[in-house]
Amino acid sequence: MAAYFIRRIVQSLLILLGISFVTFVLLYILPADPVRQIAGRSATAQTVANIREQLGLDQPFIVQYGRYLAGLVQGDLGRSYLQKTEVATLIASRLPASLQLMAGGILCELLIGLSFGVIAALRRGRMADQVLMITSFVAVSAPQFVVSLLLLYVFAVKLGWFPIGGYGTFAHLVLPALTLGILGSGWYSRMMRSSMIEVLRTDYIRTARAKGLSRARVILRHALPNAILPIIAMIGIDIGIFMGGLVVVESVFGWPGIGQLAWQAIQRVDIPIIMGVTLVSACAIVLGNLLADFIAPLIDPRIRLR
Amino acid sequence: MKTWLTTTALALSLAMPAIAQDYQPDPNAKAGGSIVITYKDDVATLDPAIGYDWQNWSMIKSIFDGLMDYAPGTTELRPGLAESYDISDDGQVFTFHLRPGVKFHNGREVTADDVKYSLDRVTNPATQSPGAGFFGSIKGYDEIASGASETLAGVTVVDPMTVQIELSRPDATFLHVMALNFASVVPQEAVEAAGADFGKQPVGTGAYSLAEWTIGQRLVFAKNADYWRDGVPYLDEIVFEVGQEPIVALLRLQNGEVDVPGDGIPPAKFQEVMADPEQAARVVEGGQLHTGYITMNVNTAPFDNVKVRQAVNMAINKDRIVQIINGRAVPANQPLPPSMPGYTEGYEGYAFDPEGAKTLLAEAGVGDGFETELYVMNTDPNPRIAQAIQQDLSAIGISAQIQSLAQANVIEAGGNGSAPMIWSGGMAWIADFPDPSNFYGPILGCAGAVQGGWNWSWYCNEDLDAKATEADSMADPSQAEARLKLWSDVYVGIMADAPWAPVFNEQRYTMKSARMGGADELYVDPVSIPVNYDYVYVTE
Repeated sequence: MAAYFIRRIVQSLLILLGISFVTFVLLYILPADPVRQIAGRSATAQTVANIREQLGLDQPFIVQYGRYLAGLVQGDLGRSYLQKTEVATLIASRLPASLQLMAGGILCELLIGLSFGVIAALRRGRMADQVLMITSFVAVSAPQFVVSLLLLYVFAVKLGWFPIGGYGTFAHLVLPALTLGILGSGWYSRMMRSSMIEVLRTDYIRTARAKGLSRARVILRHALPNAILPIIAMIGIDIGIFMGGLVVVESVFGWPGIGQLAWQAIQRVDIPIIMGVTLVSACAIVLGNLLADFIAPLIDPRIRLR
Repeated sequence: MKTWLTTTALALSLAMPAIAQDYQPDPNAKAGGSIVITYKDDVATLDPAIGYDWQNWSMIKSIFDGLMDYAPGTTELRPGLAESYDISDDGQVFTFHLRPGVKFHNGREVTADDVKYSLDRVTNPATQSPGAGFFGSIKGYDEIASGASETLAGVTVVDPMTVQIELSRPDATFLHVMALNFASVVPQEAVEAAGADFGKQPVGTGAYSLAEWTIGQRLVFAKNADYWRDGVPYLDEIVFEVGQEPIVALLRLQNGEVDVPGDGIPPAKFQEVMADPEQAARVVEGGQLHTGYITMNVNTAPFDNVKVRQAVNMAINKDRIVQIINGRAVPANQPLPPSMPGYTEGYEGYAFDPEGAKTLLAEAGVGDGFETELYVMNTDPNPRIAQAIQQDLSAIGISAQIQSLAQANVIEAGGNGSAPMIWSGGMAWIADFPDPSNFYGPILGCAGAVQGGWNWSWYCNEDLDAKATEADSMADPSQAEARLKLWSDVYVGIMADAPWAPVFNEQRYTMKSARMGGADELYVDPVSIPVNYDYVYVTE
């Protein structure tokens, strides 16, 4: 078991190294010159050359990448080209907001997804089942940009229940978290439904019913916990999907997280920030997957790790 | 004050450079209150040597001051930290007399040493200032730019209140250069204490100081109670909320939560807003020093033939393109915008004439048309405009394939010469200062026609270049009119060669909340976008 995890951790580090390399290559071959973004339109050729030299961007690719890695090992993500602030500071100041939003999003998708799934399973083949499954299909397919604007318009502008974007209080969190959660809830409700249906067919449920337990007790105490377990293990994998969603949702709601930071940096070709956010996101995804692996055997003792 | 009156009275009467009668404060203005401005993007930096986008430009103006300044709402120069100045007879030595008793936000008084330090800093390559090149006419610039010197030889501290700047060549635009943010006066001790983070911890002499900056969320500007200009600013506080999509900002404005959406009215909502009389009444329209144009790479066949370039000029239906952007612009026929000195009144340009264009193409030997590529930035409304251009071109037989790319990629394709045609929207030239020379060098002169340059037509006419140099050396105020005439000739000469097809001059529309007060000019200030923060006020 210990050997398994050591191997997984080493693998994860290699994956991160690979991601850093691929991202660096992509940014290097990008047909857009960051120096020109910094230097602006009035800079003389000499100013441009000076800036290129100072940032080390006149060096060959391998030297640039080597320097970046050397910094990385010391925990130095470099400084933003345009803001001149340390990337680590920028990310650290925005990470709490993103984590909050992700926590809210996960909560929303579990609440909506699991309850829809259970209800659909119990009402299988009937009207409620069909309505919920069509809803979940829509939820999975709807673009987050549209969903977020729709929620914003209805619940914040028209009804005035929530603030129109921004960050700070619990009320600010509701709509962006809901937007993030809606996408995942579609998947979860479908999986919860099939998992529940499977469990309801098992012998031990039939036994429970046969020995005279109430329907409610059978569902809540016997069926639900068993049906939910495999689904909980998926949350770790979900983090990757959330990272993508953050870029859209944070931009629309003015949520000061790393998704927004990444979006702005991409538009300005601010390479150190793009690298930094990519690596932090990759770390989160890798950690999420590791976590899912850790949890799996705890939930289901039949799973053995080797 | 005496020197100012005596030596510059002449300049004032000749209005070159135009020197404003100073701004008359609004008698109805009320002091106090706080406003909310929104922006989509985070503020990159407030370091005046670094900041060079339209968003932080006006913010920096409110935190810092330079020796020169513009009268609010106009393009007319007025003295800033310099109370007065003298110009030597040959126009190459400027002596600035500082205003006594002006204090930085940290309480220290401004001296001539600060002026010298600030100019040394902005031109020092280590600062990486995008504006360093503006100071190229100061004696000693080449030495500091190449690293041979740490200081500008041409800048001398005469006494604590007097600084003298010697130029290596006459420069008619020098007072405008001294009004650029890059020439702002900064305190050395604060710059050194903050290091690379000075842009996040700015200390200046301006009307506001930075009170709070929560990265990614908001910035708060607090009124500088000791500000050296009497009576301003009016507002106690300005809150900039960043990370707000323009569409969301408009909704919040309609809800009474925002006073000015910094990114303007989103194009998709423009007609809706203007159709509502109550909202339309709160929109201020003004001109800006902007031209939108199509560049044609003169090094690429068949655009190396002037007739083909003229044909493109005649093929474009500019009125229709203006309609596409809801009439938020006026059609253009020359590089300079109408509000720029040197604009040629009465010049007709190339009228819309598809038949004449076809004739020209036939004369050029491409009567059967040809295929080319039109590069365009991929944000609305630019792809739509490119489609209109594409249709206009296809009507005369030119088949243009649209390359819709991110801004940085289009700039790269223009700078390395791989783009035959570019629609400038989203990257177009907006003047740094209101002088015709600012529309020439980098975008139409030979100096810009280099790898990584901004002259995307790669047009280089050495005769016109010589004329431009001559115009910029006419620093004597008495030559002002002749100088503008010369510039006008340069631009008309360019249009004969037609490296560009000028399309339109964008108008600016600033929307404000009902409680915002102050003259309309302050809301379409040519220098401070979106508004002149120092002079606006709230009525409740």
